[in-house]
Amino acid sequence: MSPDALSMAGAPQRDFDPQLVPVCARGLTKRYSEVLAVDRLDLTVPPGAVFGFLGPNGAGKTTTLRMLLGLIMPSAGSALLFGRDPIREGARALAGVAGFVEAPRFYPYLSGRRNLEMMAALDGNTSARARIDELLELVALSGAAKQRVGGYSHGMGQRLGIAAALLREPRLLILDEPTTGLDPGGIRDMRELILRLSAEGITILLSSHQLSEVQEICREVAIIRRGRIVYTGAIAQLHGGPDRAYRLQTSDNARAAELIGAQGAAQLLESEDGELRISATQAQVGELSLALGSAGIALYLLAPLQATLEDLFFSLTEDDDDARPALSIGGAGADQGRVGL
Amino acid sequence: MSTLGRQATVEPATARPAPTAAGSWRSARLRSLIAWELRKLRAQKRTYLGLGLAILPPAVFVIFWNLHQGPHRAQNVFAREITRTGLAMPVLMLLFESFLLLPIIAALVAGDIFAAEDGNGTLKTILTRSAQRGQIFSAKAITALLYTIAAVYLASAVATAAGVASWGFNSVKTLSGTFVSAPRALLLIVAADACYLIPLLALAAIGLMLSVATRNSAAAVLATVAAPIVLLIVGQIPGLEGTHPYLLTEQFQAWQGLMRTPTDWGPVAHSAWVCALYGLPALAIAYLTFLRRDVAGG
Ligand SMILES: Nc1ncnc2c1ncn2[C@@H]1O[C@H](COP(=O)(O)OP(=O)(O)OP(=O)(O)O)[C@@H](O)[C@H]1O
Ligand SMILES: [Mg+2]
Repeated sequence: MSPDALSMAGAPQRDFDPQLVPVCARGLTKRYSEVLAVDRLDLTVPPGAVFGFLGPNGAGKTTTLRMLLGLIMPSAGSALLFGRDPIREGARALAGVAGFVEAPRFYPYLSGRRNLEMMAALDGNTSARARIDELLELVALSGAAKQRVGGYSHGMGQRLGIAAALLREPRLLILDEPTTGLDPGGIRDMRELILRLSAEGITILLSSHQLSEVQEICREVAIIRRGRIVYTGAIAQLHGGPDRAYRLQTSDNARAAELIGAQGAAQLLESEDGELRISATQAQVGELSLALGSAGIALYLLAPLQATLEDLFFSLTEDDDDARPALSIGGAGADQGRVGL
Repeated sequence: MSTLGRQATVEPATARPAPTAAGSWRSARLRSLIAWELRKLRAQKRTYLGLGLAILPPAVFVIFWNLHQGPHRAQNVFAREITRTGLAMPVLMLLFESFLLLPIIAALVAGDIFAAEDGNGTLKTILTRSAQRGQIFSAKAITALLYTIAAVYLASAVATAAGVASWGFNSVKTLSGTFVSAPRALLLIVAADACYLIPLLALAAIGLMLSVATRNSAAAVLATVAAPIVLLIVGQIPGLEGTHPYLLTEQFQAWQGLMRTPTDWGPVAHSAWVCALYGLPALAIAYLTFLRRDVAGG
């Protein structure tokens, strides 16, 4: 892997020391007899980020993360963690890397504490006792530390997984849908923990099939669909370019629509009962409001449409021939250069 | 998840010692991994099931014999021989347990030790720490073999203790009809157990291979127990009688060579290389499979 191949999508190009790049996957492919689970995937996770890895069920998120962790052998391509290859170097390449795919699993017949002690032994960490106490405290499992993991609830297992990962004091934390099965309080705790760890400089690769989950904590995302990356870049840019969708309510919608057509600047998208949807730049919206006023049309409402990422997510990940309109998001047209469907 | 107890440092937890210390560091790691495998065994019921199965027959035999001491018993030649010295018990134990019971016990752990990780989904957990796959394999294989050795010697020790307590520490009549002194007989018993362990460890290696390959504990244990039986049946097919000396089951009796005077080393030496032909390739296949296999479950 040449250093210049490591330039990051969505970030200005710099010369990177591969050892500083938490994740760099190139052409990563995994084929299961008939299924192409991951297809020539390129993924670069820059240091210090909470990086969202989004995709619907069966998109290939877990398969990708398994390859990153050296659990399964790619059919083609390569993945480097801090410049080291987990496939060729095995566990040595996982120095400074921790995490889990799908639900974390532990020995059901050992207590939570015993499980963590064993993880420390596997890490060659002989002085982890105090740290284990802290981590059990952190994930609110101190009370259940002596209980056998077989008796843990799903959420408790998830928390133990976090503790086990943090025991490695990672620089890169790989979390595969960590909030699955957590109650609202647990989800909030998890989110806070992720942000706090990120603030400490830990890079976090967070997979999810829920946009709402990553929307609040990730600045950058990669979206995967059927094993292919369909978008990678800043989450803010997903909101679109200069064009945005606006809601418009006036005293006379029919005349307002005519005016928009005659003016030719803003674009009329649709008209619903009592409301128009237009696509325009900020300047065009300003002009439109003035034009409406001088035409004697009263303005009741002119506001940017709160397009959710959900809409975009569907437009990126659903079938091309899907009936669902890829519209209703501001500047859908402006995105097409970057969205590689 | 209320307070973050300590700032997580940016350094990896696995600091590497100087290269000169790498060898001893590696062996310290392996010892620690084996210790944890043993701890896991201690926490599982099947471990005690196996050991219990191993010591049950000699213990029950001695207890019932002592409870039912009728006059007719003493007239039986076999009974007279058994009750003349307690040191006959471990030999009897080996005769009766060598073909099925001890192989089952060996299979119970060897067939399970990798597949159980698949069953629990914990393989991904341990493979994403700092131990190499090869080290984890070694720790597990060594643990299964240690368990097999422990089971045989435990059964032998219990049989010896129960026998000696009941019938005394007397000289033993060998299979050649001559007598050996009690201390020498004790040595021979230890050696016979060691000799019996050669094919049993080969079987355990087959168990390890099946455990890695099937990823299913029950299937691996059953297949391991069935393997020598299948070989035995194959040996019965007309025209295949020539395979007899090379069957694993045949090696289960090689220890009897030690119970003759003079000692018959022939079957022992033969057993050693035949068992190596079974055990070493099985171990190699298990190792290579484990190093390369996809860990997608769990
Ligand atoms: N071990 C396997 N054998 C065969 N096919 C597999 C295997 N693992 C994954 N697949 C296939 O690969 C594809 C991607 O699966 P993967 O588990 O990576 O999806 P995912 O994005 O993690 O989905 P989810 O959100 O449901 O967790 C699926 O079509 C799945 O059927
Ligand atoms: Mg998944």
